[in-house]
Amino acid sequence: MKIKDIQEEIVDEFSMFDDWIERYEYIIELGKNLPLIKEEFKTENNLIKGCQSKVWLQGEKKDDKIVFTADSDAILTKGIIAILIRTFSNQSAKDILEADMDFIDKIGLKEHLSPTRANGLVSMIKNIKMYALAFNTQN
Amino acid sequence: MLDIHKIRADFPILSQKVNGKPLVYFDNGATSQKPQVVIDAISKYYQEINANIHRGVHTLSQLATDAYEASRGKIQNHINAKFAHEVLFTSGTTHGINLVTNGFASILKPGDEVLVSALEHHSNIVPWQMLCEKTGATLKVIPMNENGELIMSEYDKLLSDKTKIVTVNHISNALGTVNPIKYMIDKAHEVGAAILIDGAQAVPHLKPDVQELDCDFYAFSGHKMCGPTGTGILYGKEAWLNKLPPYQGGGEMIKEVTFEKTTYADLPHKFEAGTPDIAGGIVLGTAVDYLNEVGFENIQKQELELLEYGTQRLLEIEGLKIFGTAAAKTSVISFNIEGIHPYDIGTIIDKLGIAVRTGHHCAQPIMNFFCIPGTIRASFAFYNTKEEIDVMVEAIKKAKLMLS
Repeated sequence: MKIKDIQEEIVDEFSMFDDWIERYEYIIELGKNLPLIKEEFKTENNLIKGCQSKVWLQGEKKDDKIVFTADSDAILTKGIIAILIRTFSNQSAKDILEADMDFIDKIGLKEHLSPTRANGLVSMIKNIKMYALAFNTQN
Repeated sequence: MLDIHKIRADFPILSQKVNGKPLVYFDNGATSQKPQVVIDAISKYYQEINANIHRGVHTLSQLATDAYEASRGKIQNHINAKFAHEVLFTSGTTHGINLVTNGFASILKPGDEVLVSALEHHSNIVPWQMLCEKTGATLKVIPMNENGELIMSEYDKLLSDKTKIVTVNHISNALGTVNPIKYMIDKAHEVGAAILIDGAQAVPHLKPDVQELDCDFYAFSGHKMCGPTGTGILYGKEAWLNKLPPYQGGGEMIKEVTFEKTTYADLPHKFEAGTPDIAGGIVLGTAVDYLNEVGFENIQKQELELLEYGTQRLLEIEGLKIFGTAAAKTSVISFNIEGIHPYDIGTIIDKLGIAVRTGHHCAQPIMNFFCIPGTIRASFAFYNTKEEIDVMVEAIKKAKLMLS
């Protein structure tokens, strides 16, 4: 599936919720079900230190795609990571670099991706793009 | 006795809704809200007397200068400083501390020691580390116990003739501990060391008497005591302020300038280079007047009640642990719930209109001591109520249910 289609699918899913409580409950569920990053990848190098929560991100090249795994110590952050992984993992470097992030606004989570939130998510997206950039130049 | 309804009516921001819910503002440790008199005084300054100070012969400049100096006088009385020129206007506590550490760069030598407490905010750690790096002095840490109290027997042992300056907060921002500063000041002086008190978290709750305390420096911020942001005070004993070199060069701080040599102005102007936050400085005086009108006895009584009630209500929540259980404490409760990250709780209760601080509170060494990523911190002011605490407790219970 293309990034754009996945994003539309996520927007559709979130449109079923009536209020923020249902949205947050769903994110918490997603966070609980996120396949964890392998312990060996939870290194200082892969750690993004937010003032509020920590994020670990690891990217690996698999054929012509990049596979991301990630984790966080906070469950809401983890839930949003799950959404980002679903969007960006198993995609080509080129598609990742071209993707926009408008869908986050549409699902009512824009505030979580504000740089002032200091939860590590903004840096996580930046790092996803950096991985894509690095793998792209290798090709 | 406080008329809480009347007091709350003084603070327009308190009656607003946040995320559709009535605001419960429990982030007073970060900054206090401002009463209408303070908000009005800012406009009044710009509408009626705005001019640069200490320079012009014209009437407005004189009015602005008089108001600015009158405010200095009010603050001098408030903290009982011996002289008005011992009261320096700064942009906040951080500025005050940096002014002192910068001055000590010309005093400290390799082998000298600086004592800092384990309970400090980063702004009272980093400038001293920078000072030690610059001078070759050594930074030593006064440890604390599990309750978040500094261990005085260890402090006594750390003090020696190598100790040149001690720095400690009056009240901890992260845990609310009230430190035994009178004891610490006297002990520092016994070995001939100077001592700086970071009063940022103290001035909203009490009136420090710098002469009785006999501290060498006392730094605080205006914005935590109902005053405007970007304002602050550094009190320094005259002898010390004369000894320290100027912090910044510029206008206002000089006596005479030639390209060969500049002589510096007398206190306090030697440390007040450039055009200051004139409106802020004047209105800080208004804020001090307001707090004194409310009365610090009333403020302390209300806050103590909130602390006791809040502690009792929060401890009803299963798995909740309070960090900072010192015998002497102000109205700050720092806590976590077992198995739940503070960020998650903070985010959900924000949706319910409750403003608390989450994270490491710019005091990472304290979090490391307790081996936690951070805490949720509810800090109460005299304009808060028990009903608001009830709302917070219900919100936390709801968040806990969602998150576990």
